[in-house]
Amino acid sequence: MDWMAWTWPTAIFFMVIASLLVTFTVLAIKFPETPRRGVLGMETTRGDRLFITLLGSAFINLGWLGLVGTAQPYAMIVCLIYAAAVFRWV
Amino acid sequence: MTQRPDNRAWLLMLPAMSVLGIVGLVPLIAVFNYAFFDIFTLQSRFWVSTEWFAELVGTPDLYAALGRSLLFSTLVVLVQFPLGIAIALMIPRGRLAGSLVLMLVAIPMVVPWNLIPMIWLNLLHPTYGTVAQMFDAIGFDFDYKFNAVHTYALLVTVDTWHWIGLVVILAYSGLSAIPPSYYQAARIDGASRAQVFWHIQLPKIRPVLLMALLLRVIDSLMIYVEAFGINAGGPMGATAFLSLELGEEINAFNYGPAAARSVLYFLLVLSVAWLFRVAMQRETQ
Repeated sequence: MDWMAWTWPTAIFFMVIASLLVTFTVLAIKFPETPRRGVLGMETTRGDRLFITLLGSAFINLGWLGLVGTAQPYAMIVCLIYAAAVFRWV
Repeated sequence: MTQRPDNRAWLLMLPAMSVLGIVGLVPLIAVFNYAFFDIFTLQSRFWVSTEWFAELVGTPDLYAALGRSLLFSTLVVLVQFPLGIAIALMIPRGRLAGSLVLMLVAIPMVVPWNLIPMIWLNLLHPTYGTVAQMFDAIGFDFDYKFNAVHTYALLVTVDTWHWIGLVVILAYSGLSAIPPSYYQAARIDGASRAQVFWHIQLPKIRPVLLMALLLRVIDSLMIYVEAFGINAGGPMGATAFLSLELGEEINAFNYGPAAARSVLYFLLVLSVAWLFRVAMQRETQ
């Protein structure tokens, strides 16, 4: 596995993503839900909202990197607010 | 009580999923990891944290290249869709004739990528190029090397020649799926040819056109071999698309920055694909 050049930061990153995916899969099986229509005017399930959250968070982090440039961990606070908004209204 | 879908079918997907995992997911993860290194060989790598990403998003180069790529994709769509639909409408409905025309328009799609710039540069060769001689005959000074507008025109022409078949075939398949009763009803109501197109044919082929749009947008964002072979991003970087700048980084052995770029492009393509999914979902509702 050394050829993939693992480091703890990237390993933790992928572990978090993987555990999120597993959690949401288990949730979807244990507690099936009906899709809901939010502010985007399209039907979304929890999985869709997770995807929107992750993709948006990537851009939030890049934006923080470009605009603020320091204290990258604080970008995660913006991401969490964004995640809460997505799960509440989308 | 609603019936739960039978999820055992997913087991049959397992072989395909594992192949996709090996060829798609694993390299993606590796590239993501490389993006945080100053890396030349695996033995000589230095952790640089988010330096490459900061450099990329902090300089205007990336946005300029993004703008050029979007301009190219827009031109490609604006040219290829009206043209592709027009050709699809003109294809004879007979079985043999229709198949022959479809085969004809599909031929450029099987030409190997690296041959395409060679074919076109030969056509434009000043001494023996057919197209160059035609331009000479009408006194048109076509200069794809140093005139950015001409380079764009050439690249869009080449891309159209290469990929118009895809749009034609998809539009044609959409048109073939329209039940004859729609046309009969239109004839009874005395609808004109234009009305049939705008109110029956176009709405009916919208879903396949969306699919074609997704494929064409993503493929045109990835254009590399043709653009590099024809003018290598010139003149003065006017056609240095995202993919060409990425190729340049790889050729210069800057694997770290190249990996960071790849991650950015991946996010970009993922966003585009997601937007199309949303559009298609709305289409079916």
